[in-house]
Amino acid sequence: MSPASAAAVPRVAPKARLQWDDVRNRHVLLYPEGLVILNHTGAEILGVCDGVRSLAEIVATLEQRYGASGLEPDVCALLDGLAAKGLVLYGP
Amino acid sequence: MDPKPLWLLAELTYRCPLQCPYCSNPLEFAGPRFKRELSTEEWCRVFRDAKALGVLQLGLSGGEPTLRSDLEELVRTAHELGLYSSLITSAYRLTRDRLAALRQAGLDHVQISIQGADAELSDEIAGTASYRDKIAAYHYTRELGFPLTVNVVLHRRNLHQVEALIRLAESLGAERIELANTQFYGWAFHNRDALMPTKAQLEAAWAVVQRERQRLGGRLEIVWVLPDYHEQFPKPCMGGWGRAYMTVTPAGEVWPCHAAGRITTLRFESVRERPLEWIWHESEAFNRFRGESWMPEPCRSCPRKEMDYGGCRCQAFLVAGDAGVTDPVCSLSPRRHLIDATVAQVERGAAAQATPEQWTYRAAPASRALAAKG
Ligand code: SF4
Ligand code: SF4
Repeated sequence: MSPASAAAVPRVAPKARLQWDDVRNRHVLLYPEGLVILNHTGAEILGVCDGVRSLAEIVATLEQRYGASGLEPDVCALLDGLAAKGLVLYGP
Repeated sequence: MDPKPLWLLAELTYRCPLQCPYCSNPLEFAGPRFKRELSTEEWCRVFRDAKALGVLQLGLSGGEPTLRSDLEELVRTAHELGLYSSLITSAYRLTRDRLAALRQAGLDHVQISIQGADAELSDEIAGTASYRDKIAAYHYTRELGFPLTVNVVLHRRNLHQVEALIRLAESLGAERIELANTQFYGWAFHNRDALMPTKAQLEAAWAVVQRERQRLGGRLEIVWVLPDYHEQFPKPCMGGWGRAYMTVTPAGEVWPCHAAGRITTLRFESVRERPLEWIWHESEAFNRFRGESWMPEPCRSCPRKEMDYGGCRCQAFLVAGDAGVTDPVCSLSPRRHLIDATVAQVERGAAAQATPEQWTYRAAPASRALAAKG
């Protein structure tokens, strides 16, 4: 279970920066003294965390984009993992 | 395929107004080898080449990096390249305007050292009155919206202040406090007898860290860098030689770690003579201890070699006189007795309540004198 409710609005923390790395052909999340090299799915999820959409809307957007369903556990697993490191913040 | 580097530590200058006796800079920092600092253009080329090789994290360090008047320009270039930049500073005479200009230029993160939890001890260890500047700069850093790391090097004279240091970082609203037990290289190795803590001190400090982590939860990250002389196994130094990390010195030499320049049996190349890409991939210094094929026993047949890469090459050189042997800190090393003897001597001294050795402050005259002695 995610600690965040479906109405929570996740965003990348100000100390972190999401960017494309053309040496590795991956998105990376950079932060003080560390980084995460993201896979395609991870980058897609963070890419829709615009600080406006709620968790529920993010899941709906991704499900529509991929014509898939039941993506919520994957989305929450990634975001909760990053939130535990302070790299994603859940706003109201 | 060689690994791609992720980290570049740019030591912009070895000039520094502070005189910390644990400084990891080379003993001969004031000598001719480090004298002619890279120009703005040369540094910008290093950053570009490093980014093309795969570097994403840039540490701007020294010495005192704010002594470079072109720091804003260097930060701007790093930012345009997409490097995540951290300023690693003592904050001596660092003004709010300067920090604001660095913020404007795209600096991402600020790390400010402190030598003790109060002015008296901090200034004594630093050898320069600097505590007030540090506290002011911590506040500016937070006001300007930077993530802040409080850097502390721990040793015999300040380990008792761990709790006060954590409380200070908490009250400042820092993201992280890095409590780094002294690693014995450079000036710290020279001053080892004065800096080495007792086992009881370390245990007490570690208990505080565990308790404070519990109390703080995720509010403040406490990084505890292990005192490796007191461990069973060595640290995975730099994540492996030539795997993820490089240091460029003020005059352009490229080292696999910031202490490697001391290894006299390796030849280090300079960005003034060779492209960074060639140095990373082809140079003898980077290839000598890359991977596992260089490893002697007991590392060669040890299952831990994938975790610690046989430990630290610089420590092997400093303590055992050979950069190619198992890190003497390892309890499986045939040279572990060299470490044990040092630790035992400190315990004996403490038990007899002997006055600890005096340290030598890191300063240019002392550096030149030591260099002259060889
Ligand atoms: S450790 Fe101290 S003396 Fe050495 S560069 Fe840093 S602030 Fe200066
Ligand atoms: S023998 Fe070598 S690989 Fe094994 S633990 Fe010691 S240093 Fe590490």
